[in-house]
Amino acid sequence: MDEPWAVRWLMIGTALLFLGLFLLIPLAAVFSQALEKGLAVYLSAISEPDAISAIQLTVLAAAISVPLNLIFGIMAAWAIAKFEFPGKSLIITLIDLPFTVSPIISGMVYVLIFGLQGWIGPWLYAHDIKIIFAVPGVILATIFVTFPFIARELIPLMESQGREEEEAALTLGAGGLQTFFRVTLPNIKWALLYGVILCNARAMGEFGAVSVVSGHIRGSTNTIPLHVEILYNEYNFAAAFAVASLLAMLALVTLAVKSLVGWKMREET
Amino acid sequence: MDIEIVGISKQFGRFKALKDVSLTIPSGELVALLGPSGCGKTTILRIIAGLESTDSGSILFNGEDVTQRRVGERNIGFVFQHYALFRHMTVFENVAFGIRVKARKIRPKKEQIKSKVFELLRLIQLDHLSEKYPAQLSGGQRQRVALARALAVEPEVLLLDEPFGALDAKVRLELRRWLRRLHDEIHVTSVFVTHDQVEALEVSDRVVVMNEGKVEQIGTPEEVYNHPATPFTCDFLVNVNLFHGNHVK
Repeated sequence: MDEPWAVRWLMIGTALLFLGLFLLIPLAAVFSQALEKGLAVYLSAISEPDAISAIQLTVLAAAISVPLNLIFGIMAAWAIAKFEFPGKSLIITLIDLPFTVSPIISGMVYVLIFGLQGWIGPWLYAHDIKIIFAVPGVILATIFVTFPFIARELIPLMESQGREEEEAALTLGAGGLQTFFRVTLPNIKWALLYGVILCNARAMGEFGAVSVVSGHIRGSTNTIPLHVEILYNEYNFAAAFAVASLLAMLALVTLAVKSLVGWKMREET
Repeated sequence: MDIEIVGISKQFGRFKALKDVSLTIPSGELVALLGPSGCGKTTILRIIAGLESTDSGSILFNGEDVTQRRVGERNIGFVFQHYALFRHMTVFENVAFGIRVKARKIRPKKEQIKSKVFELLRLIQLDHLSEKYPAQLSGGQRQRVALARALAVEPEVLLLDEPFGALDAKVRLELRRWLRRLHDEIHVTSVFVTHDQVEALEVSDRVVVMNEGKVEQIGTPEEVYNHPATPFTCDFLVNVNLFHGNHVK
């Protein structure tokens, strides 16, 4: 490129300024606010029972939704990328639905189905099964909003790789599972890991959909983001930012792992 | 093993790829399926392999109906047009794949696999590249690895889809002569697909000329070249005069 250096520096400078203003300063603010009243307050804020409970639920929701979406994502991407069938474009659109719809609506849908006034709510109530304002609702909402991440990451890659290697494995006598584990999976492993990381980050950070179905019951149905909101609304800023700093750290770890995986991916192709 | 194809038809959507095709491939021969693109030659190859199903008709191996048999149970070797080597495996692992996926009780021991793979790598003259990955090889080298990988399972039929299509002219010429010599050595029934008249006439024992989903003519290279049976065969082979009557086997 032979742009004049002034133009180049102006562009780079603007980009850096923007990055600093909108990303780095808020991130720094989270940590400085969190530690404003000292380390003791910080540690007690993230170790009090309600905070621990919120952390546990967040981890549980991620631990269930990520593996499920891993399986669904691989299956959906495999079917879409390697086969032609009627209704394929409809399925692709459906996979994208959680991206296109507001998370609030995702949550409302579950209330509409499972809530007391909902379609099967009365039946659930009669059988003493709690979904809305309970842990299962939080997990369902998390699965819904994180559904596209893995499938979306895999579809373009699997489409570009085509079916020939799998066909070659079949002609060499490999069974379906052998073909999957020895040929398909090794070819998509980095993209899969990339998708899992993004899926996990969203599962732990999701606010909107979870907020609708959770009912904000302290020590029971609060996740980390909901717990932060409650503390903030109580003007308990130091504690709110302390808990929020956990999410910020998750974001930093995610970024680091993500760029490592991205680098591995480029190295191997 | 001889292959008999009886009245096979195949349709993709509205496109009729094969229209009631019948032909016999005698045991131990090297047969070329020759025709312009879209004539159905690759479809026949994939149907013989079991990678594609038929709408009607049947395939017999040595008189036994294998139409419903799955790919892995047909004992065929398939060389793909773009080689389809496993990109995350070394040359050695690629060639060993077919042996390693065998059921435990019939799978050879590690040392036996190793000696078998190196035997094949020497056959294709690439034993010094056993630890390389496909991306580090040239087109001609990849082609030979693909062939060795297919031969590792000791197939009774070798199927090659445009085996020299993606190579440059010089490598092409070398490889097809090499394939001819290899076939004279191992005598496995082989079918290869090509749109290149010279390639079909020079390499094969028998040529199947195809057009628009039908077989136009079957015969030795001399027969189809000197006595074309249909206007299409005549037209398709007329500009090929590299032959000069000195076809050497």
